[in-house]
Amino acid sequence: MFESVLVANRGEIARRVIRTVRALGIKAIAVYSEADADLPYVAEADEAVLIGPAQPAKSYLDMDAVMEAARRTNARAIHPGYGFLAENAGFARRVVDDGLIWIGPPPEAIAAMGDKISARNLMERAGVPVAAGTREPVPDADAAVAAGIGYPVMVKAAGGGGGIGMSVAYDEDGLRKAYDTARTRAERFFGNPDILLERFVERARHVEIQILGLADGTVLALGERDCSVQRRHQKVVEETPSTGVGPELRSRMLSAAVRAGEAVGYRGAGTVECLVDPVAQEFVFLEMNTRLQVEHPVTELVTGIDLVEQQLLVAAGEPVTFTAVEPRGHAIEFRVYAEDPRRFLPSPGEITVWEEPAGEVIRVDSGYEAGNKVTPFYDPLLAKLCVYGPDRAQALATARDAVEAFRIEGPKTNLAFFTELLANPEFVSGDYDTGLVDRMRA
Amino acid sequence: MSEVRAEMVANVWKVVVAEGDAVEDGDTLVILESMKMEIPVLAEDPGTVVSLKVAEGDVIQEGHLIAVIE
Repeated sequence: MFESVLVANRGEIARRVIRTVRALGIKAIAVYSEADADLPYVAEADEAVLIGPAQPAKSYLDMDAVMEAARRTNARAIHPGYGFLAENAGFARRVVDDGLIWIGPPPEAIAAMGDKISARNLMERAGVPVAAGTREPVPDADAAVAAGIGYPVMVKAAGGGGGIGMSVAYDEDGLRKAYDTARTRAERFFGNPDILLERFVERARHVEIQILGLADGTVLALGERDCSVQRRHQKVVEETPSTGVGPELRSRMLSAAVRAGEAVGYRGAGTVECLVDPVAQEFVFLEMNTRLQVEHPVTELVTGIDLVEQQLLVAAGEPVTFTAVEPRGHAIEFRVYAEDPRRFLPSPGEITVWEEPAGEVIRVDSGYEAGNKVTPFYDPLLAKLCVYGPDRAQALATARDAVEAFRIEGPKTNLAFFTELLANPEFVSGDYDTGLVDRMRA
Repeated sequence: MSEVRAEMVANVWKVVVAEGDAVEDGDTLVILESMKMEIPVLAEDPGTVVSLKVAEGDVIQEGHLIAVIE
């Protein structure tokens, strides 16, 4: 195993990665922007390096600044977390070329999956089901192409991610609008103007499979996560197992995810995202995230496997710590965002009170504490509240108490939304889909 | 006359209107950006933009005056 890891991220995920790195006796090096100097992850690292001003482009996205920090601290490996440079194949390549260890998949696998069009075509060839859609970029709001696929269609930025650059069109008028929106965002956020169209599945569930590519080339599937509670195409709550996936569908999805990983020579932790039609028990490939996922804790809670530890072992070329994957019980994650619980608009500000719920079946991965300032420069994730239960009903009961006990004052948070969700008959029944939050706010 | 103010700390991403422009209720005046989200600021009344107090790239605080519509 290498002696030191630089964590090229911030907030809750930097803190979570640092925790495992240190527990394994490896030196943890943090990087931070001027806006983040007071955050807990900076203090908890063995060493911390200021890499620039608050704007992400001048700090966490600045490859030169991150590499210079690695050089100065003599870091042996780099863990990118999620977001920022995590899915930047050029950065991964640079880390490797500089003689450091990249804690992630090979740069070629990142590149192959980074473009949604090439990923879709690659998956189709590997025998993974994909939705009806375009096999090359669509240069304009082409009504004939959309009609050929059949409305509603999802208009997507090929280079997009995190739900940004996606719009649904129900007819020709909507298509032009959705196309313009997707195009603007594609250029602005991802520097890649390519657009694809795909059949949009209504009343679908968003279910993803955690995979782990081992050092010897074997690809394992570690179960699914249901991420159907979304606002603005972004996840808010995730749970495992999915209440919409039966045993037969699960087994087909797990094998398809393994094939997906094998098709790109995957190493380390990755996630194959799918859309599921719960009535037909069918699924299609959406995209693959070539990094650790925000919601990885729910998988950890039901399998007892520390995914960050496995990432480090795989990167070091060592065998993983487990021999079999046997998920037990039920786990749910709630993303506590600094946003108002009605309209979900961002609410930065100084945290005056921060009291986390605690207990044996509660896990809180947080990025902040009282006295910290939540700034407008980064995403609104404050903490991930995770609960475990032997079954879903008991996990829900724990969740109700934990949400009630979580006290945050200063920025507005969406905790009140979770109280509402945990009383919503659709969510409580388990029979819900990606339209749930919109229906709650209609 | 109506004053349009910022609801949160944000970065001014795009200024859509100019002083002197006529706007309808619901027209986008500027687009703010905060926490990786674009937030359009809309005119709440029809009228003329008599004053515009922000420029693209400005960082503004909650309550900051964005525009005056008459």
